[in-house]
Amino acid sequence: MSAETKLTMSDIITANRLIDGIVLFQDAAGGWVEDFARAAIYPNAEASKAALERAKEDEARDLIVEPYAVVVEARNGHYVPKALRELIRASGPTIHPDLGKQAHGQAPVLVEKPHVSL
Amino acid sequence: MYRYDQFDAAFVDARVSQFRDQVQRRVAGELTEEQFRPHRLMNGLYLQLHAYMLRIAVPYGTLSSRQMRKLAEIARKYDRGYGHFTTRQNLQFNWPALKDVPDILAELASVEMHAIQTSGNCIRNVTADHFAGAAADEIADPRPYAEIMRQWSSLHPEFTFLPRKFKIAVNGGPKDRAVIQAHDIGLQVVRNERGEIGFTVYVGGGLGRTPMIGHKIRDFLPEADLLAYIDAILRVYNLEGRRDNKYKARVKILVHEKGEAAMREAVEAEFSAHNREGLTLPAEEISRINAYFALPALEPKKALSERTERRRSKDAKFSNFLQSNVTLHKVQGYAIVTISLKPIGGVPGDASADQMDAVADLAEDYSSDELRVSHEQNLVLPHVAFDDLPAVYDRLASVGLATPNAGLVTDIIACPGLDYCALATARSIPIAQRLAQHFGDGPRARDIGPLKIKISGCINACGHHHVGHIGILGLERAGEETYQITLGGSGDETASIGQITGPGFSSENVVDAIETVVTTYMSQRRDAAEDFLSTYRRVGMAPFKEALYERSAGSDI
Repeated sequence: MSAETKLTMSDIITANRLIDGIVLFQDAAGGWVEDFARAAIYPNAEASKAALERAKEDEARDLIVEPYAVVVEARNGHYVPKALRELIRASGPTIHPDLGKQAHGQAPVLVEKPHVSL
Repeated sequence: MYRYDQFDAAFVDARVSQFRDQVQRRVAGELTEEQFRPHRLMNGLYLQLHAYMLRIAVPYGTLSSRQMRKLAEIARKYDRGYGHFTTRQNLQFNWPALKDVPDILAELASVEMHAIQTSGNCIRNVTADHFAGAAADEIADPRPYAEIMRQWSSLHPEFTFLPRKFKIAVNGGPKDRAVIQAHDIGLQVVRNERGEIGFTVYVGGGLGRTPMIGHKIRDFLPEADLLAYIDAILRVYNLEGRRDNKYKARVKILVHEKGEAAMREAVEAEFSAHNREGLTLPAEEISRINAYFALPALEPKKALSERTERRRSKDAKFSNFLQSNVTLHKVQGYAIVTISLKPIGGVPGDASADQMDAVADLAEDYSSDELRVSHEQNLVLPHVAFDDLPAVYDRLASVGLATPNAGLVTDIIACPGLDYCALATARSIPIAQRLAQHFGDGPRARDIGPLKIKISGCINACGHHHVGHIGILGLERAGEETYQITLGGSGDETASIGQITGPGFSSENVVDAIETVVTTYMSQRRDAAEDFLSTYRRVGMAPFKEALYERSAGSDI
């Protein structure tokens, strides 16, 4: 999935931490956090593109690997990744609620049953 | 079991040191990710959906208790307390930190294990029949040949950068338990009319987006020519295989485009063109390697164990376990026990660290310290005395590993799917769990009889769905998971690729669709002895298609 094709809606920027591979999100200060709720939302392609450029600088500094933009959408006042793949990546394995971000209260908030059962 | 000699030990230790240095240089910023990626992949380290994933080689699926305990220790110390056994007889840890991987590899090296050739465009870890060395129908133990190929192929300078990955499987008896015809090279151990050991050679099998059954290019290859002939196949492939398109780069595409006869001719020409004396296997070297895999000293016993029979007569669950999970051994009075890693509602192939320790203890106490990993994502105790079966069963039950469903409808292969895999397009494991809960391991499952369901979460087909009697392929359409069903696949000696039933089913409806397939089979079979595959091959797709798309609500797509 190329970052460029994902810049048409609200985006967040995600990557993996180099040292342990854990999924991270870029926050409003340009830093990296594990908690999805603290991810900065970029409302347009321009902002998303600029954020991804900053992420690539962090990649060049060997803090993170494989940064890319993820399309998010608002559901009942909470942003969640639009694609199931990204929802699972931001939450943890659906078969292991004890593992991943969902185990630490760091997953996207789903206040209603999603259109695919998680 | 094979034991490392000085060369093996030094080789693996050197590799650990080399990777430790590479990781340090990566973390220090001296290597970019682009530079580092091939190094980590050559040591089995992937970056997956949630974290890194380390794939550890279990050569030809054979483990000792000491090795299994080490895997349990690594699971606890460096991962999340469990591991996942795969369709290539390997083990994957889903959460290792990059900084810990050199230490994990050092721990593995201490028990003669590694993660070499579990990734990359090289000759991958050679797989074998999981009943190797124990099966009653065995012609010869396939593992010595797999070990010879391992030694020959490890960091082979000519074959380290092939057009694409290359998988070899070897099977030791007439019943194919290693899916050899779905491998780049499949080797079937046979005997000729003079009683000499050799191999029937298949080439160009494979699954993935272009499934193909291997072509038989040699009926009988003498044992001594094993490496010389494989070398010839690889030379033809290395020279002629496509490098311009990764989706057309496997040897199966070369064989398909070139044709079976032309491929045979090219391999035979290459085989006879060069002086291959250096690759001819000396009889003494075969004997030397064979000695590592000698059958343990098992004292033949009575063909019937009174203790086991008494328990069988009064314990239906134990009786079911004997029926489905116990196979005849080559030595009278012994059995091969399949430990199902498919508990009803569990994750196929997963074992907790505690379960790994329990299985290691059982192997030590009752199975001559030997274990096998099957491509069906189960474990095997290969040498258990009939008298010991009740005790083994009770100890398995105490750790949740006595599910009596080996070979039945709920003994499902499932790839990690979208729950873990960065390439997946849909989830596999939840479908396997729901199917297991639906069919269970009781009277219904036993009435259905032998039935292999295999599930993949994308077209790469790690879950072998093409060769499932019932195959399920998870795809994504318009943001929704959808599941395509295939019927009539087989990975045994009568190998075939399953045929697509028609449009796919939603996640919600796929279990009902499989129920419809099973019900149709039950109504079509001549009697309970006619299994699913035989029935399908007799009646064809039509009744299943009709039941799925005309009589029932139909697909969702």
